[in-house]
Amino acid sequence: MQDLFALLQFGSDGWGDEIAAGAWLTLRLALATLPFGLAVGFLVALARNSNRGWLVALGSLFATVFRGLPELLTLFIIYYGGQILLQKAVSLFVDTYVEVSSFVAGLVALGLVFAGYASEVFLGAFRGIGRGQYEASHALGLRPFATLRLVIVPQLLRLALPGLANLWLVLLKDTSLVSVIALNDLLRETAVAVGATKEPFFFYLIACLIYLAMSIVSSFGIGGIERWSERGHVGAR
Amino acid sequence: MNLDLLARYGPRMLEGLMITVELVAISVALGALLAVPVALARLSKARILRALSFGYVYLFRGTPLLAQLFLVYYGSGQFRDALESVGLWWLFRDPFYCALLTFTLNTGAYQAEILRGAIRSVARGQSEAAAALGLRPFPTFVKVIMPQAMIVALRPLGNEIVLMIKGSAVAAVVTVHDLMGVTRLAYSRSFDISAYLWAAVLYLILVEALRRVWNGLERRLTRHLSLRPTKEASDHLVPDAEDAIS
Repeated sequence: MQDLFALLQFGSDGWGDEIAAGAWLTLRLALATLPFGLAVGFLVALARNSNRGWLVALGSLFATVFRGLPELLTLFIIYYGGQILLQKAVSLFVDTYVEVSSFVAGLVALGLVFAGYASEVFLGAFRGIGRGQYEASHALGLRPFATLRLVIVPQLLRLALPGLANLWLVLLKDTSLVSVIALNDLLRETAVAVGATKEPFFFYLIACLIYLAMSIVSSFGIGGIERWSERGHVGAR
Repeated sequence: MNLDLLARYGPRMLEGLMITVELVAISVALGALLAVPVALARLSKARILRALSFGYVYLFRGTPLLAQLFLVYYGSGQFRDALESVGLWWLFRDPFYCALLTFTLNTGAYQAEILRGAIRSVARGQSEAAAALGLRPFPTFVKVIMPQAMIVALRPLGNEIVLMIKGSAVAAVVTVHDLMGVTRLAYSRSFDISAYLWAAVLYLILVEALRRVWNGLERRLTRHLSLRPTKEASDHLVPDAEDAIS
């Protein structure tokens, strides 16, 4: 047992620093995906909530596709497909070889999946806001964008937060898939350590526990944010 | 669209689809069997049962499915001698069985949480009334609590199956020839991205088909609640009848 933990040392003897670097990349990827996914998800929800038929259809199609596809498949399609598309686009102008970074491919793929689910959450939150809010804003002479920014979004956030918090936890776990497209995240660094030490059970268990720790820390953070968003709201019960 | 690719790999992709369906169907069914005792343990009065079931559920819901699969598939190799001596090595040697075991444990944890929420949503008066009628705890659970809880659990269970269909794609990483595995093979041999697009279509059809079947099932099982429900009646029968019906 002592020997096993010696393998977790930092520095050239142990794998602690490699695994920590992987965990840091996992965290960075999740944090970078979050704003992208939220923004796209919000736009899709706006589209699905609009009164133009084609926008609603387009938004629904987006949500259906990215909620229905396996995340791994989305990742491959973005990674390999993006590569082909980018190469074609670039070769129209210059004759060089370009490569899609697996970080960007991971970010886009996970972001689109996040957006598909987030649009559903936002849509539910939109439905939770009474018509009176829009009518009152209109009566006060607020323009549509100002209504959205000053009246709707602050209330929307409170309603959407529990759903979004769940999606964050899902996102954190889904980042493990990028290890398959050769991005050195927590799981891949662990796999490298396993390859060298032949201690798969110990290292994968450590990796699982690190993911678990990230989830637990996130849950505390989410609790804090939820209390903050509820500060002006006197709920039932 | 490359028809040559489809001619060569189409039948194998359909076989892969069947493996995916098999993998999901068996693990969801076994997970459901596992979920009932775990959910009961989560709700039990004994602290040790609560702690154990909480640990299990938290561990499997808080970590990625892929990491769990690696833990089972690669991790078990380390215990080969021990597993051979108890005659379980055949199970851990085969990637399909490893995926099946991992998915069962994973979906069992999720389904236990769904079930726990659903059981808790059944009003207390139901079990009190059953006790007043002289029903023992077991018949009360099977005949009074579960039928009502299942109606509440139906929709989240459907979502869980969809998540499992999508999640099962990671089995391809440990060389299971499910739909994703066959597709990766087709891509690595042909470098034709349309292989992935065909797989996408098949997955979407599978998920959509399940959703339709599930909606039909739900309509059928809740038909006694949706036939011109008076506000009062539906309020009493299921706590969130709206959710269960729509």
